[in-house]
Amino acid sequence: MEQVTTQTAAGRPGRSALVRRHRKENVSAWLFGMLSLFPLVLTVVMGLVLAVRARPITEGSTVWELLTGRTWLPLEGQFGYFPFIAGTLWVTTLAMLIAVPPAIFTTIYLAEYANARVREVTKPLVDLLAAIPSVVYGVWGVIVIVPLVGDRLAPWLSSWLGFIPLFDSDNPTGYSVLSGSLVLALMVVPVIIAISYEVIVTVPRGLREAALALGTTRWQAITHAVLPKALPGIAAAVVLAFSRAFGETMAVLMVVGNVARAPSSIFDPAYPLPALIANNYGEMMSIPLYDSALMGAALILLVVVLIFNVISVLALRSAVRRAAA
Amino acid sequence: MTGNRTVFTGKRTGSKRKHLEERFFKGLMLLSCLAVAGGLGAILLTVVVKGLPGLSWELLTQTPKGGFYLGKEGGILNAIAGSLYLALGATALAALIALPIALYLEVYAPGSRRAAVIRLSLDVMWGIPSIVYGAFGFTVMMLVGLRASLLGGILTLTLLELPIMARAMDEVIKMIPMELKESSFALGTTRFEAAVKIMARQALPGIVTGMLLAFGRGIGDAASVLFTAGFTDRMPTSLFRPVASLPLAVFFQLGMPYKEVQERAYASALVLTVIVLGVSLGSRLLARRLARNVVQ
Repeated sequence: MEQVTTQTAAGRPGRSALVRRHRKENVSAWLFGMLSLFPLVLTVVMGLVLAVRARPITEGSTVWELLTGRTWLPLEGQFGYFPFIAGTLWVTTLAMLIAVPPAIFTTIYLAEYANARVREVTKPLVDLLAAIPSVVYGVWGVIVIVPLVGDRLAPWLSSWLGFIPLFDSDNPTGYSVLSGSLVLALMVVPVIIAISYEVIVTVPRGLREAALALGTTRWQAITHAVLPKALPGIAAAVVLAFSRAFGETMAVLMVVGNVARAPSSIFDPAYPLPALIANNYGEMMSIPLYDSALMGAALILLVVVLIFNVISVLALRSAVRRAAA
Repeated sequence: MTGNRTVFTGKRTGSKRKHLEERFFKGLMLLSCLAVAGGLGAILLTVVVKGLPGLSWELLTQTPKGGFYLGKEGGILNAIAGSLYLALGATALAALIALPIALYLEVYAPGSRRAAVIRLSLDVMWGIPSIVYGAFGFTVMMLVGLRASLLGGILTLTLLELPIMARAMDEVIKMIPMELKESSFALGTTRFEAAVKIMARQALPGIVTGMLLAFGRGIGDAASVLFTAGFTDRMPTSLFRPVASLPLAVFFQLGMPYKEVQERAYASALVLTVIVLGVSLGSRLLARRLARNVVQ
């Protein structure tokens, strides 16, 4: 305080400047604090708004009936989500089955085997490819994947393995679960690689060296020393990728066929939830309850993704902390 | 002695097997790398090879004329301009919220429980599908009586870009050595002065990279602008009018059963890819240049 007054006496910026600085400080602390609550508040508000808008369809039937109902006839007021939920699960699960093994092997290679030069080229490349818009993946799917599935994979696999219902095909086009999964698989590979790479490199160097010093091969060091530590984190990366795939709209919508029936084979068309919303927003105001049904679909997506995300983000954090320890 | 011997022989067969195993899995890993790189390379190759024939000066500099979607004359300038307006607006708005959040996390509430909750909410928000933002944005717009418009699209894209940007900025600000903040406090700065004059300046390269990252994500997203920005063949003129966007231009043209139109869809996809990858590469180079002004 003493100094402040002497400064004023000397004609320098004094007490009023100090007050101004502190006022700025207090206002900024309050404002920044409020702004930082925005993501949390927004997420909650989003859930509430969608729930309120979806409410009208729960008046005719229970939530359980809606989730398991198999008929989707908006004009007759029948809104069964089951075909769409099944479609989403088929496409997403198959995509993960296709994507996870190569993505993890690639990550292990990049983190444990590749030399610095390869790594320096590959890492930015993976990030770059994660930036490609989903509509471009969709274009690629339409040009390459759909004909590949329709003309080659489906006839070939169903003639050899057609006795298994999973590979049976009566769909002459390539617009199918498998096409959607292949496109989606390629989209989530960069996500899995980017996250699980970060986890693997946090495992302390010394663990590998200790294993190698005992005479193990590199692969043995990886499976016995590195992976046990990194596994929770890799699992979280996979769950995060699953939830990313779960909500992906455009790329899947363009190649999956969009037929409102639960698929029973990987060559059947499917109609995932995001595609349902995107395809029908135009008519939704002209048919009663249709808008609430679509907002209900958005709510289902939101709830599922929120649950998966919260679990995987928390798991990832503790996994990284433990891997580094 | 016998025990020793068994161990010895066991070791030898084990050694053979373990090296076989090593080679097997190394081969598998190389194969995976090839598959991943091949798949991603195939996308770029397809977009370039299919897109180049349809690419023309006309496509980039004209708006759709009558019969454009039947294969007649015109271009996608409306969509290019619309996408730039949408993404620029959203990036600017998102930065206004993201930077204070990132500064708050590191300067005002570092290591606190509150910061952990905010980070969690950002990470979770990052994972919310863009179609959900689109549906939510559309609902709110109807409540306040706003039609599909540039403004609606910008606001919805802001929500999509915010978590990406805030987390990217947070990561770089976190990297700043603690001493820098502490020495500025020791000189008597307030937290606000430390945040704005020291931390934000030091993290500038990362802040710019984060903004460009979010811009790239925003300009490529279709599902969120589908309901909220609409589509039009005209150039964007007003915040309250519908606006075209590149991803939707690709999508709509691809849906037409005419070869010329589909070819233009491929060309539009190429334009979009070039913009996005250009921004991504540009942000890396820019970050390196800006990094020269950073105190090491």
